[in-house]
Amino acid sequence: MHELSIATNIVEIAVEEAKKAQVQDFSEIVLEVGALSGIVEEALEFAMAEAVKGSPLRNAKRVLITIQGKARCNQCMQEFITPDHFTPCIECGYPYTDIVKGKDLIIKSLKY
Amino acid sequence: MCGTCGCGEDAGIRIRKPGDHNDHSHDGGHHHHHDHHHDHDHDHHHEHSHEINLQVNVLSKNNLLAERNRGYFEARNVLALNLVSSPGSGKTSLLERTIKETGDKTQYFVIEGDQQTMNDAERIAAAGASAIQINTGNGCHLDAEMVNKAFKELDIQDGSVLIIENVGNLVCPSMFDLGESKRVVVISVTEGDDKPLKYPTMFETAQLCIINKTDLTPYVDFSIEKVKDAAMRVNHHLEFIEMSVKTGDGIKAWYEWIERNR
Repeated sequence: MHELSIATNIVEIAVEEAKKAQVQDFSEIVLEVGALSGIVEEALEFAMAEAVKGSPLRNAKRVLITIQGKARCNQCMQEFITPDHFTPCIECGYPYTDIVKGKDLIIKSLKY
Repeated sequence: MCGTCGCGEDAGIRIRKPGDHNDHSHDGGHHHHHDHHHDHDHDHHHEHSHEINLQVNVLSKNNLLAERNRGYFEARNVLALNLVSSPGSGKTSLLERTIKETGDKTQYFVIEGDQQTMNDAERIAAAGASAIQINTGNGCHLDAEMVNKAFKELDIQDGSVLIIENVGNLVCPSMFDLGESKRVVVISVTEGDDKPLKYPTMFETAQLCIINKTDLTPYVDFSIEKVKDAAMRVNHHLEFIEMSVKTGDGIKAWYEWIERNR
């Protein structure tokens, strides 16, 4: 639901990086979208298409990589891929786990 | 258009104290586009492409300001609580009763968040605590920047308790760190007992879960065991307090929790 705000943040960061690198345009941006970040990729793409207009990202190829969610069991410490916040441990069935991967949205790289 | 969720008209964000006659309005100012752009025709062609390895967490902008808020609260020895829930779970009533019953021993400051009206801040002021109201217009959550602006208008004292009553919304506030010491999620027995599974992010990011309106348990199909089990599955670090703000049953555990966390 906040994909527009996030897209705008991404563009702001790209503007800063463009200044630092002294370039006008980026050719590519790679984003890592955590499956448990709450971000809907289609909505983000839709928002990005608008937000990049007139910015250093306006011609950049957008690469979105989905990062799968990973949980760690509190009992047997086994780490496993999980689609949500509450799947029990696949190894021992213990219901209490901690999410260790997949909650973030990261700008991995910019190319020019 | 609301810069946060892209809906409706930008009514602007307003921050006011009860009794404020100057209706000053703060512009949300969350984002601005720099549209000036020089279009050079480069004669030379770049043969090599350069890669900037960023690894920047995009949600960091709010997080950075939230950490500044957190640092301020820690330096002033202020317990800052972010109170979140669906609309109507009893957050404001909980605060009114808390202020009336423990306000002589503890100094409270309250930041209220709603789309419109000063109603909640006025209730808090009437209960005897300093309050300030943030109206988000079409916005659906409070963020670190709004809280940063609001607490500067409250004369917060060292060693006091600051309670931020977030906009009633079980979805969006979960994603915005305000710089709080603890996040408290309130759910009432008139809601569904599978709510923690349906809205996991909110329960995952909280430390205390208050189950309110227990006086109504005989009249609804709500299992307290089931809601606790659901919440534990999402976040097994959660503490629970069951209470009825209306009757006062169980509320002492909340006062004790506040004391323990100061």
